[in-house]
Amino acid sequence: MNYRGPHRVRIDHKPEPEILHPQDAIVRVTRTCICGSDLHLYNGSVPDTRVGMTFGHEFTGVVEEIGDGVEKLKVGDHVLVPFNIACGSCVFCQQGLYGNCHESNPQATAVGGIYGYSHTAGGYDGGQAEYVRVPYADVSPTVIPDWMDPDDAVLLTDVVPTGYQGAEMGGIQTGDTVVVFGAGPVGIMAARCAWLFGAGRVIVIDCVDFRLEFARNYAPCEAYDFRSLEDPVVFIKGTTDSLGADVVIDAVGAEAAGSALQTVLGRKLLLQGGSATALHWSINSVKKGGIVSIVGVYGPVGTHVPMGNVVNKGLTIRANQASVKRLLPRLIEHVQSGVLDPKAMITHRVPLEEVSDAYRIFSAKLDDCIKPVLMPPSARS
Amino acid sequence: MEHTPKDPSQVEGWGVDVDPKNDPTYPMKHRTDGEHAGYSWERPPQQPPTVEVLHSIERSDLTSAFGTSTPPSGPSGALRRFAFRYSESSYAHWLPLMLADRVGVVEGVLGDLGHGRVPNVLAERGWKAEWEHNRRGLVRRVLVQAGLALVTVAYLRGRKAD
Repeated sequence: MNYRGPHRVRIDHKPEPEILHPQDAIVRVTRTCICGSDLHLYNGSVPDTRVGMTFGHEFTGVVEEIGDGVEKLKVGDHVLVPFNIACGSCVFCQQGLYGNCHESNPQATAVGGIYGYSHTAGGYDGGQAEYVRVPYADVSPTVIPDWMDPDDAVLLTDVVPTGYQGAEMGGIQTGDTVVVFGAGPVGIMAARCAWLFGAGRVIVIDCVDFRLEFARNYAPCEAYDFRSLEDPVVFIKGTTDSLGADVVIDAVGAEAAGSALQTVLGRKLLLQGGSATALHWSINSVKKGGIVSIVGVYGPVGTHVPMGNVVNKGLTIRANQASVKRLLPRLIEHVQSGVLDPKAMITHRVPLEEVSDAYRIFSAKLDDCIKPVLMPPSARS
Repeated sequence: MEHTPKDPSQVEGWGVDVDPKNDPTYPMKHRTDGEHAGYSWERPPQQPPTVEVLHSIERSDLTSAFGTSTPPSGPSGALRRFAFRYSESSYAHWLPLMLADRVGVVEGVLGDLGHGRVPNVLAERGWKAEWEHNRRGLVRRVLVQAGLALVTVAYLRGRKAD
């Protein structure tokens, strides 16, 4: 996959990646997804996204080659590769903040390295390819258990842990009302996981009918089209005795619809770090003293949100890139026990060679697409 | 409300991760206070820089590992080098990077042409999928854009004639 500019991607042959660090591995990709956050790159809204880069931070693959310093992984291991590139040694990794590694991204200190996610996230080519370089191979990559479906494995690299951490950061207590803005894959998974933390009621807000229907059945939960609500904040207040939700999760991020001003400033003119409509609604629809959990992705520049209301309502805001390695043991248990069924979210399986069409289908929300998986040629034979 | 389970405990897995201590910041971070000792951990081996890698001025050096995709080059590269003179806290960092990204698109097209390749923009934009799944919308968008182009051309010709 080769990025050529906003809304333009294609397949090209590039040199195969090489071992550049003793702790590197080279992985032959077996499955790779397009993530909602890839669309920020695709739309050209992440600074330092260079033409020629290969995207893709959700992938599984077979280890083909390892560096001299790799001790745990072996050639031939089939691994799922968390989207965070983490050294495992720095103080942040030691604290379990694997999304905030200090040894994987020279270009920015605000985020750790992420595969195929611009130079703002380290300048690594990603997994929407046949082969990919995997740094710090002994730290995050995890051998896929024999019993696990590879489709479940690829969704454990980002979607499941991000949705789970969205619910976890909400500090959900038994009986809480949880509102999730966004019915993309992460929002749907956050709604599903809210139940695991004991939510008493889960409400999803979006504006795409087929996604809302999917959320209703998968989570399961209430799901509403904000276009039919007139004002989603008033709706949420109205349905919670005018108090607001206990926990609100922003699973939308920079591409939010629903406000012309935010759309123009954040998505068209790129004068702020995205359209923050969902975050704006989150802050205003949570109760006083409530918690807003942010897993939606925003750009690195300032963004208009009602900070005065954060102060006046005494809110706790929790946010981070998911710490995939920290969460994997528990999530693997949930998949094994059947509590979580990630692969049910996969609606499209597309040859890697048709990556341009796959991006179009996912970004334009065509053909009722919830989650597309790209299949490299070697994985189809 | 019709999809709200009347008894949430009937939802598969309900409450299996209930954690009363999760309020408000546990368990995102397992506090070690290691950062109080500064940049003191045993760093992994340093990846040799084989291409130009820009680094934030908010850190003293390169990270132990880094990506080597698409190193800076040409006019867009000059803009990126300029941007990295400023911190991540400054618009002087991010705005030149955004400009460099747009310049890079032009460089990409010129690079294709230089290699004798005319980029198939329609295919790159996935219009085959749009044609298959949203034909009416695609036709409408093309007609609207063509109409706007015609109106603009007619207006400019009118001004020239005046």
